[in-house]
Amino acid sequence: MATATPPPKKIKLNRIGLELPVYRGGKTTLCAGCGHNAISERIIDACFAMGVDPTQVVKLSGIGCSSKSPAYFLGSSHGFNTVHGRMPSIGTGALLANKHLVAIGVSGDGDTGAIGIGQFVHLMRRNLPIVYIIEDNGCYGLTKGQFSPTADVGSTLKTGVVNDLPPIDTCALAVQLGATFVARSFSGDKKQLTAILKAALSHRGTAMVDVLSPCVTFNDHEGSTKSYAYVKSHDDPLEELDFVPFFEDITIDYEPGTTQEVTMHDGSRLYLRKLDESYNPTDKIQALRALYETHARGEFATGLIYVDPMADDFLTSLNLVDEPLATLPERRVRPPRSVLDEVMDDLR
Amino acid sequence: MPPSDAAVAERPAVASTTPVINDFSIQVATVNGSGSQTANLVLLRSIFQMGVPVSGKNMFPSNIAGLPTWFTIRANKHGYVARKTEIDFLVALNPETAREDVLNLKRGAAVVYDEPLKLDALRDDLVFYPVPFDSLVGQMSRDVKLRRRVRNMIYDGVLSQLLGVQLEQMEVALRRQFGSKPKVVSINREALDVGFAFAEQHLEKRDPYGIEPMDENRGRILVDGNAAAAIGCLMAGVTVVAWYPITPSSSLCETLISYLRKYRVDKETGKATFAVVQAEDEIAALGMVIGSGWAGARSMTATSGPGVSLMGEFAGLGYYAEVPAVIFDIQRVGPSTGLPTRTAQGDVLSTAFLSHGDSRHPLLFPCSPEECYSMAINAFDLAERFQTPVFVMSDLDLGMNTWMSPTFEYPTKPIDRGKVLNKETLDRIGRFGRYRDVDGDGIPYRSIPGTDMPAYFCRGSGHNEWGQYSERADDYQKNVDRLTRKFETARNWMPAPIVEINRKARIGIIAYGTTHWAIIESRDQLAAEADLQTSYYRLRAYPFRSALASFIERHDRVYVVEQNRDAQMSTLMRLELRAELAGRLRSVLHYAGLPIDARSITEDVLIQEGYRVEHSEADGPLPHNAGVGGE
Repeated sequence: MATATPPPKKIKLNRIGLELPVYRGGKTTLCAGCGHNAISERIIDACFAMGVDPTQVVKLSGIGCSSKSPAYFLGSSHGFNTVHGRMPSIGTGALLANKHLVAIGVSGDGDTGAIGIGQFVHLMRRNLPIVYIIEDNGCYGLTKGQFSPTADVGSTLKTGVVNDLPPIDTCALAVQLGATFVARSFSGDKKQLTAILKAALSHRGTAMVDVLSPCVTFNDHEGSTKSYAYVKSHDDPLEELDFVPFFEDITIDYEPGTTQEVTMHDGSRLYLRKLDESYNPTDKIQALRALYETHARGEFATGLIYVDPMADDFLTSLNLVDEPLATLPERRVRPPRSVLDEVMDDLR
Repeated sequence: MPPSDAAVAERPAVASTTPVINDFSIQVATVNGSGSQTANLVLLRSIFQMGVPVSGKNMFPSNIAGLPTWFTIRANKHGYVARKTEIDFLVALNPETAREDVLNLKRGAAVVYDEPLKLDALRDDLVFYPVPFDSLVGQMSRDVKLRRRVRNMIYDGVLSQLLGVQLEQMEVALRRQFGSKPKVVSINREALDVGFAFAEQHLEKRDPYGIEPMDENRGRILVDGNAAAAIGCLMAGVTVVAWYPITPSSSLCETLISYLRKYRVDKETGKATFAVVQAEDEIAALGMVIGSGWAGARSMTATSGPGVSLMGEFAGLGYYAEVPAVIFDIQRVGPSTGLPTRTAQGDVLSTAFLSHGDSRHPLLFPCSPEECYSMAINAFDLAERFQTPVFVMSDLDLGMNTWMSPTFEYPTKPIDRGKVLNKETLDRIGRFGRYRDVDGDGIPYRSIPGTDMPAYFCRGSGHNEWGQYSERADDYQKNVDRLTRKFETARNWMPAPIVEINRKARIGIIAYGTTHWAIIESRDQLAAEADLQTSYYRLRAYPFRSALASFIERHDRVYVVEQNRDAQMSTLMRLELRAELAGRLRSVLHYAGLPIDARSITEDVLIQEGYRVEHSEADGPLPHNAGVGGE
């Protein structure tokens, strides 16, 4: 009996020779239709497209539905599901130990805006090189749908309870605190979110990405301003994004004045096709105005809100040796006997 | 300088006529922020340089300027360095406390005081030395700032003359303090001379106290415990430091930073082999330490009780997710803000079990700067060997006061990074399971992110031996039972106790940390004054060694001496001891915020042993007026 050898399938490899499935993770345990799963898919797409080395990635999260998701992407990378609201400090520590790590943090609106607001604030100030994603659904899903601090005034719970406290706009806060890459997107906008995540991975500094990600179980009803329908119909993109990674030699032609080109730290280029004639995402004041104005209209400004691609990042400012501190050999970290002798002599 | 017999005879109320050489305590009462610390350290160091065993205890308020502060220097030819309750020689410069300071003195004590305070009217059983500080300073300079600064150095000059502390030693000490500022050295030297000359011309020696040269301090250094711990961290190869300022721990990290900058910057590239972050709070500080420990750094933080409380959640994560971390707890008086500038051993129980659920942490108890140094090095090795947070339990007395110490030994063992997965191990064990007990000692292998070893997902939620999320009862139990096994393994890796068995003794004493110094003296007192022989077990770590039970077994009664109200170490022991042995434990407790003294222990033990004791004024002068009006 003859066995025919099938022709080899053409497998798509990325720039470091890996297949897409390498970037997948465990099976999700989140609700069917949860926006967070879509975000995990976009992270997988972006990391594959950018040729991120999974052995150099650390996935970090706090606690909550969002924070479970790092288990569902990049299964061959190290991950740390930390404690509620404290992922920034764990991430900071990990990057201090090894400045070459690619840190991808996933948080939620409660994990960031409530219990973790303190660490969030100081992460933004430090400009630590980390992609910090907030999967923002305006409620606490894992504890059955209580309001979170990003819920809008007048938004209702399933039970009819009305939120009467003003929301924290994590993007406006991040801009004010000195974050150098601030974006907002919608889990349902595949193209925009993927472009933003790729740009975030090219950024050297904190890339804060707030992704509206409807909770299909507890916050998807009429009366909620974080429902799928509401977000979809109130999404107000600031620009159309095209991202060209540093390793691709592509030029995009555009009419002068219609598109802003931003060169990222690694040489990648971001083309922002303007929808609003005047918007300039390297201008903090404009960024804040756009956020306030769209919010006042009950809409969400999405896209790249603010970027400063060449700002100094925290690790660079520490002037560390080139190798990871974590694996320096003993002779580099334990001073010789002569040093102890000198220290002792000074105390005699 | 021997006291003048004639002078003593003039004041019959003053008892002592025999010279008291190298065995007395000096207390300097000033206002904080007045710069007296320099004068006090010069005095302390001068006595040290004369070869006389000496110790200094600073009692200061939680305040920047304007509140009372006391500095006590004890010179003791026998080498006793614990706090002594009785003050023999007072320097009274604080108008607010002077009256009470003088009233609290024992009969026969001497007082150098600021003349306008007219303290000599208060009592007739003391020796008074009035010094017109303002007019002496006035002779020196018109510069107000300068006058304030040198005022304190004048009392050093007076004491130099009255007590026989060599002026040239004071100058050496001054140069150490201000080496790079010759002008400052010279103006201070001038102040010393002014004080000395005044005493020589106007004060007639009428007290018995004096300092005479000895040769006890060869090979010794003067250092505080926090600096010693910092040197330990430096030599341990610390790579990440994350901290948040809190008294009394701040100087540990600050000193460490200065050493790291000096000795851990690559000479060729100018780049650092360390990272230091001042975090936004203690929660973030421990988060950074655990994050970096997970990613392979040797990382540490230093804090005090309130910080430890905040670190509770992360400590549990470190224990359960098995991440190395070194935490120095420089204990102060709690609960709550408590007395932030006073000492205690009050965090023992709360730290041993810090965090929710079944958590347990190894604790190390240094008693001296030398142990702050060696235990710092040990703590990093233990944290990595056992992949868990390790706490070094120092205290304010040890951390912030100046102690004599032998010079520190260069580490004899190489750095122990513990069970970090490498190719060889991976080939041996086959498949990597983060929480698999491959070797039967409860310690699993870990891989470091960013290396070529297999990854795992670290989490504080339930997990099985493969590191996978699990809520299964058997997975949970198996894992926490392994953690127990790991803790058991740790027992024999902890620093062993220092045990001194006296074959004639029917009673034993157990102590730890700084309490040790008062115990040495108290045991001598018990033996000399009541012929009561004691054995001594100086505990140096938790989990305890099995030697603890054997020690208790040898004795009818065992006194656990500690500096907290609730007998915390004793309570921790009772959890492990069988009932019969637990029944032999008694407690001697000291929780006044001041370092424990020998006399208090001696009296307490004697009373509990059924002796009749005439109470001394243990902890007389200080607690009554200390910190009045303070925050």
